[in-house]
Amino acid sequence: MAFDFTQETLKAWRRENGRVGVRNHVLILPVDDISNAACEAVANNVKGTLAIPHAYGRLQFGEDLDLHFRTIIGTGANPNVAAVVVIGIEPEWTKTVVDGIARTGKPVEGFWIEQNGDFETIRRASWKAKEYVHWATELQKEDVPLTDLWVSTKCGESDTTTGLSSCPTVGNMYDKLLPHGLYGCFGETSEITGAEHICEKRAATPEVGEKFMKTFQAYQNEVIEPFKTSDLSDSQPTKGNILGGLTTIEEKALGNLEKIGRTSTYIDVLEPAEAPAKGPGLYYMDTSSAAAECVTLMAAAGYVIHTFPTGQGNVVGNPIVPVIKISGNPRTLRTMAEHIDVDVTGVLRRDMTIDQAGDALIEMIKRTAQGRVTAAEALGHREFSMTKLYRSA
Amino acid sequence: MSANTHPHLLVHDKADNVGVVVVEGLSAGTDMLCVCTEDNSDFRLTAKADIPIGHKVALKALQAGDTVIKYGEDIGKMVGPAEVGGHVHTHNLKTKRW
Repeated sequence: MAFDFTQETLKAWRRENGRVGVRNHVLILPVDDISNAACEAVANNVKGTLAIPHAYGRLQFGEDLDLHFRTIIGTGANPNVAAVVVIGIEPEWTKTVVDGIARTGKPVEGFWIEQNGDFETIRRASWKAKEYVHWATELQKEDVPLTDLWVSTKCGESDTTTGLSSCPTVGNMYDKLLPHGLYGCFGETSEITGAEHICEKRAATPEVGEKFMKTFQAYQNEVIEPFKTSDLSDSQPTKGNILGGLTTIEEKALGNLEKIGRTSTYIDVLEPAEAPAKGPGLYYMDTSSAAAECVTLMAAAGYVIHTFPTGQGNVVGNPIVPVIKISGNPRTLRTMAEHIDVDVTGVLRRDMTIDQAGDALIEMIKRTAQGRVTAAEALGHREFSMTKLYRSA
Repeated sequence: MSANTHPHLLVHDKADNVGVVVVEGLSAGTDMLCVCTEDNSDFRLTAKADIPIGHKVALKALQAGDTVIKYGEDIGKMVGPAEVGGHVHTHNLKTKRW
């Protein structure tokens, strides 16, 4: 196979900070839950905008508040977003979010509801949103290298077929593209349980491996130990995992780790929603294994395409990042094909190799980056789920 | 490969004592074509139960207390028996972790 990935280019948007975006959203971003209604009203007034309502943003403090800001600012800063209208209940935290997004150089303006009311806020924000839509829709795509993309991964509703087919497909893609400058990301801390010794060895250096084990152990000590039941109340593996034939967390974890391929090593361990800062390569992010939470965190870190292996058929999407679904389970392709972008059932029949499946995924990444709407996008899946660390004040 | 050479069961690693059913509607008594993905070697095994797609099959007789090996790694312990070609799942296999 002589496919030279370094020479592959595609048409996408080069943003003010040099990053490559594959979608061109004008986002109407609430700072907090009580600004959702105003954001949705603006998005209704101005077509071509996207509001992303969420459940949090009030009375959070400490590390949990830091994560909230990191997620909101990171979402607005993502290169798939051209411009942002920010709405909060009051001016201070609204300004924090606006200033954070403005560091990318993209257009962003904040509005607040106190002393304006919803009506006046919506009126002003709608004018700005309309201005941004006209501006963004005239931005031209440029030729960019395929390996300038940031591509994250997380699997969901896994079963035994994901470990055999769709997860190693993602791993093969990473083994091929990471050496040429791609940024990759995997995570799911609870779902490494039983394979942590293997994950530790896949770190690029012993120091990074140590950092991973510290993150893994902190999760065990702070979350699992105080709250665990004998089997996490049938939550990990999930009921869907078990229906699909997965029995234990160890089995699930080993299948999960197939996503980082045979040769790839990760160069750093990221906090949830933390942007990678050590250059091109693979990163581990400390995330939940819940699909929407994990994809939301990786999108906030700046990843522009998400590759999502599924066995039983997780249907998750994201408002700003196209989520490419890969499945090798023939029953899932028979019963819910509308959710799957890359069919790798041939791997189980032994008439498709992992190498061929990896190429099929790379081809789909390229098509998606150039504008092909994913199954999740076509079906309107826009799950934006913030991770919360503890109760609000 | 033609349809009649499509495997019924895939095994990750030579060291594994379970494999995974990869076809729908597998019934007891089926003479299964089993392929080890590590080296593409194959063997035959008779299914002892109707086993759903994705579920595991014992490649050797397993007793309570035995460690189950998949991907060449420990995936938990048997808490009940499984005969060769029998179903291995939550009724006879448990995590060693939580």
